[in-house]
Amino acid sequence: MACPYGAGMAKEDAIEVVATVLEALPNAMFRVELDNKHQVLAHISGKMRKNFIRILPGDKVAVELSPYDLTRGRIVFRYK
Amino acid sequence: MIICKSPAEIEKLRRSGRMVRGLLEELRERVQPGISTLDLEKYIERRIAQLGARPAFKGYRGYPCCLCASVNNEVIHGIPSERCLKRGDILSLDMGVVVDGYYGDSAITVPVGEISESTQRLLRVTQESLQLAIEQAQLGNRLGDVCAAVQRHVEENGYSVVREFVGHGIGRQLHEEPQIPNFGQPGHGPVLKQGMVLAIEPMVNAGGPAVRVLADNWTAVTADGALSAHFEHMVAVTRNGPDILTLQ
Repeated sequence: MACPYGAGMAKEDAIEVVATVLEALPNAMFRVELDNKHQVLAHISGKMRKNFIRILPGDKVAVELSPYDLTRGRIVFRYK
Repeated sequence: MIICKSPAEIEKLRRSGRMVRGLLEELRERVQPGISTLDLEKYIERRIAQLGARPAFKGYRGYPCCLCASVNNEVIHGIPSERCLKRGDILSLDMGVVVDGYYGDSAITVPVGEISESTQRLLRVTQESLQLAIEQAQLGNRLGDVCAAVQRHVEENGYSVVREFVGHGIGRQLHEEPQIPNFGQPGHGPVLKQGMVLAIEPMVNAGGPAVRVLADNWTAVTADGALSAHFEHMVAVTRNGPDILTLQ
């Protein structure tokens, strides 16, 4: 199978999903629940931490899941 | 980073490569007017399972099938469908398996029944360009020598090479570095080293080089509607010269 010229290799794309924050944990970790009721332990992305985006239980957030470990993720966006 | 494989790993890749080639030959025998590409997909899915392997393409970046079946003006990544083959068509069959964690990937273009002399010439030139590229896969040569060999032969014969899709390194991943375009300059690019395994795949259009991808996000077709051919081998660079891993 040919690959598109100039495309990145090897790195598998993260899966981005919408989730609701259930609980704030120490070390900027959060327990979030996905729309399909799965619970995931999520870190907050460095960019959001740097810009002091505060996250509270009940917030809607976008979470990136690694294709390798679906029980962990990274919060990349907080919806208003 | 280009991963160099040990002789033991090359043997594992040869096992996968040989299986792919064997399956492609089985498909070649089944290709005839009236059969649909979905029939071929169903056949190959069953055969891969029988051999205890895993299809390499199914699920890869969301690709839905084990086989890429590209008819006539379709260049690559044609998704098998109910469409029936007609006498005079050409069909590119591209397929991969994973055995023991190592990938095999190869492609052939086959005629459906009798084809015209000009179409035969397209297939022949594409195959020749692959052979010339493989001969350049020598220790100490550069990747550009391989790429340029395809381009020179194809363009000398009045055809064009596709720019948007390229060959690739292969090993424990389907697509590894380096990318292997079918165009380039001799003497440029990384130096080829012992143990590099390259999937070289000329995609040759009878008309212009431009292609576009259909709404299914996969099927690439020639922009001018002209025919396109595609052959692919996996080649290991070794001290004893190029070693084709996808032979029966």
